[in-house]
Amino acid sequence: MTILTFTLILLLGAYLAGLAGSLTGLGGGVVIIPLLTLFFHVDIRYAIGAALVASIATSSGSASAYVKEGITNIRLGMFLEIATTAGAVIGAILAIYTPVNIVAILFGVTLIFSAAMTLRKKHETALTEGSKLSYLLKLNSSYPTKDGVVDYKLRNIGGGFSIMTLAGMLSGLLGIGSGALKVLAMDSAMRVPFRVSTTTSNFMVGVTAAASAVVYLQRGYIDPGIAFPVIIGVLAGAFTGSKLLMKIDVKWLKIIFSFAITAIALNMIYNGFNHKF
Amino acid sequence: MNTNKETKRVTDYDMQQLIGQVLRYGVLISGIIAIIGGIWYLFQQGSGLPDYGTFHGEGEGYTSLTGIIKGLGDGSAKEIIQLGVVILIATPIIRIVFSLVAFGLERDKLYMFITLIVLSIILFSTFGGLSI
Repeated sequence: MTILTFTLILLLGAYLAGLAGSLTGLGGGVVIIPLLTLFFHVDIRYAIGAALVASIATSSGSASAYVKEGITNIRLGMFLEIATTAGAVIGAILAIYTPVNIVAILFGVTLIFSAAMTLRKKHETALTEGSKLSYLLKLNSSYPTKDGVVDYKLRNIGGGFSIMTLAGMLSGLLGIGSGALKVLAMDSAMRVPFRVSTTTSNFMVGVTAAASAVVYLQRGYIDPGIAFPVIIGVLAGAFTGSKLLMKIDVKWLKIIFSFAITAIALNMIYNGFNHKF
Repeated sequence: MNTNKETKRVTDYDMQQLIGQVLRYGVLISGIIAIIGGIWYLFQQGSGLPDYGTFHGEGEGYTSLTGIIKGLGDGSAKEIIQLGVVILIATPIIRIVFSLVAFGLERDKLYMFITLIVLSIILFSTFGGLSI
């Protein structure tokens, strides 16, 4: 396989990853790592570098649209970014001391968790009474829906902040956006309405990934020959996905994709235990 | 003419539009540079063999900013792609800087402080005793 064929196949793979990631809400990075390691037999460190770059590209690309619509809670995002960026820096430092097969196993476990999270029931009801801290930090806000503007209030800010630190660490260690954990923190702990928590999570992924990407770039994890087909493919895929999302029902797609992801995850864990990385 | 001061104040809506634009242009510019560098790279080395099975790590020119700039001067395709990657990574960081300015114009001291913390963590991560 020459560099040209490698690039073209990777471009197609990254396109499909971006498409599936945006349709299911899991993000592009989640598929990039197994694609590169299991299919192309690329060292997992290069795969992590590529996934980080893919996460920043999809996050920034789609966040630009959501932010303008006024769904994203910028203050909430900014406040929680303290937790995720600090976590990401810790994760990037931990990565130096973590053997690659452990990273692969952790990745597999996170993947299964993420797949389960996409199938779970969502809160859509907004709280009318928030906790003291939510007023103090000006985190309560409103967002536009089909039936007009809805106000919402938040609770359990400390709990959400703690889960976010963990999400940031996993993101820094594994190179993924860990959107599923971010949504769990906002949705279940702080009771942010689902549409707000997904868009705000997506908004935060770029900054979180950038915090560890600056470290990985200097460590040589981000290789230009892998990065460029991944950036272009994932961006094009995510763009197609966002257009398709309006037209098709993704319920079944989510179920099929979750099973596929779980199968891939088990493969990663199996290979991790057998030191095949 | 004496216009009402309230209408001149920056609002959250203005900040949303500004941040949206920063993100959009950052992704667009980095994507275009990556495509240009990528085509040039395939033209130069497309017939070679990929070697990603083993990790090489630091020491390559594209792992530091000075290395990338030096490589750009030599017309190296890999460094052009990496410039696109650096712009992509810088996009969310520039977004934070713009938020800081916007919170300043809104006179929201609490969020100026919060934004500064996030910015410091990222800058610490960038310059924390590592090669630039």
